[in-house]
Amino acid sequence: MATPDRVSYWNKTKSLMFVMLGLWVFFGYVIHMFVEQLNSIVIFGFPLGFYMAAQGSLIAFVVMLFWFARRQNAIDEEHGVHED
Amino acid sequence: MANTTSTTAGGGDFTSNLGRIYGIYTGGFIAFIILMAILSAMGVENVVIGYLFMGFTIVIYAVIGVLSRTMHVGEYYVAGRRVPALYNGMATGADWMSAASFIGMAGSLYLLGYDGLGFVLGWTGGYVLVAILVAPYLRKFGAYTVPDFLSARYGGNLARFIGVIVLFSCSFTYVVAQIFGTGLISARFLGIDFNVAVYVGLAGILVCSMLGGMRAVTWTQVAQYIVLIIAYLIPVIWMSTVKTGVPIPQLMQGQALANITALETAQGITVHHITPFVHGGYDAKNYFLLILCLMVGTASLPHVLMRYFTTPSVREARVSVAWSLLFIFILYFTAPAYAAFAKWTMLDLVASGLTPENIAEKAGWMMRWAAADNTLVQICGKAATDSAAIVAACAEKGVTALSFADINLNADMIVLATPEMAGMPYVISGLVAAGGLAAALSTADGLLLAIANALSHDIYYKMIDQNAPTSRRLIVSRILLVMVAVLAAYVASTKPSDILSMVSWAFSLAAGGLFPALVLGVWWKRANSAGAVAGMIAGFGITIFYLVMTQYGADFDKATPNMELWWGVKNISSATFGLPVGFAVMIIVSLLTRAPAREMQDFIEEIRVPRGKQMMEEKTA
Repeated sequence: MATPDRVSYWNKTKSLMFVMLGLWVFFGYVIHMFVEQLNSIVIFGFPLGFYMAAQGSLIAFVVMLFWFARRQNAIDEEHGVHED
Repeated sequence: MANTTSTTAGGGDFTSNLGRIYGIYTGGFIAFIILMAILSAMGVENVVIGYLFMGFTIVIYAVIGVLSRTMHVGEYYVAGRRVPALYNGMATGADWMSAASFIGMAGSLYLLGYDGLGFVLGWTGGYVLVAILVAPYLRKFGAYTVPDFLSARYGGNLARFIGVIVLFSCSFTYVVAQIFGTGLISARFLGIDFNVAVYVGLAGILVCSMLGGMRAVTWTQVAQYIVLIIAYLIPVIWMSTVKTGVPIPQLMQGQALANITALETAQGITVHHITPFVHGGYDAKNYFLLILCLMVGTASLPHVLMRYFTTPSVREARVSVAWSLLFIFILYFTAPAYAAFAKWTMLDLVASGLTPENIAEKAGWMMRWAAADNTLVQICGKAATDSAAIVAACAEKGVTALSFADINLNADMIVLATPEMAGMPYVISGLVAAGGLAAALSTADGLLLAIANALSHDIYYKMIDQNAPTSRRLIVSRILLVMVAVLAAYVASTKPSDILSMVSWAFSLAAGGLFPALVLGVWWKRANSAGAVAGMIAGFGITIFYLVMTQYGADFDKATPNMELWWGVKNISSATFGLPVGFAVMIIVSLLTRAPAREMQDFIEEIRVPRGKQMMEEKTA
């Protein structure tokens, strides 16, 4: 069960999870705490702080998930625990 | 699957031709919209167009539902685990985007400006948690229901039973909001009484899910996604083209925001649309807590998690979460633009010199909505049912020229009324109604199925009669589905609250009750049965206590004051208290009691890797 390879697999999976969690905290919360400051930057009529909550963070979430699916799959294959 | 072809209506052919089938379907739907536009131009009455739109789409869903009927347990509970990632993503999109997303969200964004974006963030970012913490592992386990997993991981029926209670509470609250939404649409567009309309909506829901379970719900949800996304995009693309000449509303939203700010300033409105943390009591604290509760709730709601039980593999489950969010994103990043263009249109209308006398001529749609339900449109503080009522109400307050603040629109009607507001032909209104109905029906189907499955599979089959034959299990499930649906329709007809609040409560209940047990179940081997049971009871208990006490009070009397808010936290973020308490209790009790047995630790090891047989094999014959 807990073979060395399994341990290393789980460590990599955990690291990936924490990276994703960190990005999630950043795009979900941290960036929006600076909304007032970001709003002073206006692009195409969009105050940047408003833009991040309306579109920017959402785009980040979508991209993150596709990247995660690929990355986790690569980890699976590297450790030979992918499905046949 | 040779033995099932007789009951699965050519399942193999169907799944290999999905692209073609849904391509033809989409083309057919667009042709139908054009036909309706022609009929409308030929002078067919509006109410007939409304009936045709809603009738035609419901018939389509019913046909898919009937074609997908099944008496096979695996098909009924998890659609045979053959749904490709992309289509599961689309079905999850429809499952997810409810009346709250379609009808309620842009309306709330219209009223709350920046602060409404908490809903947009909260209802998208949660998918990150679904993908990294929960869904792939539950797929590996191979459960039929979420309580199934709780029971296997926390050894026994107590954890299962508490899981079912939490599932029932959150899904039921959620489904009431959906039936409320279908009632609202039917009342306005079919011109029938709200109390009757909720039962009409209910009939639409039942034809989709009753015969074919998860299999029927999956394929109708894909069809419903296509209807709802077309219906959502067309009005806002229209407004963007009319107002700016560019048919990309998401991009032109910037220009809309600039115009809104200018018009607001001209009309002396000091609380701007784009200003953060000033609308409707959403200070920074409530804004971020709401985002947290909605995100964590996403990763705990059984009707969402259950969609990932239907993919062929763990790998597909992960990709499917990404597809889900992409399909959801298409609507969610449009919603703020929808709100901005609608607000711009309204501000323009007011700026054009609106008075109590000319409002009937300039904005007759307000009276039609007020007539459908007198809480929807209020002008000068009174229901705007007709011109005389408006003149009288405004004269009483001494208002001669209407300002933006004098017109009070209900959040739930803004999306549905926008086509009329912006002067689009009635066919667009009919389309939006069909889209709203698709959104409400698809979510209600998923929710009712989650409830009925938990009651029939977890309570009846696993806890009451383990020897029940398949046919009886499926019949029990269908009977329960109808009973729960009728009960939900009854509760909806009492109009307990607005759609967005009811849905947000469901998220908090799920987050407080299920999230710690699900996440620690996979990620912390030391979590044990006693800890999970205590954690679920404490987390769910605090959440529901706070919700009920602040919303209704201990005596359920609306006249007497309810419990004070704790630190000013709104009750739509009730899980603010349930979540940390749930985690703390679960961890402390786990550490104070014995570690799980060796076999359980091995079981968790197995869940963590995709390779190997799924953990739970069901007798499916």
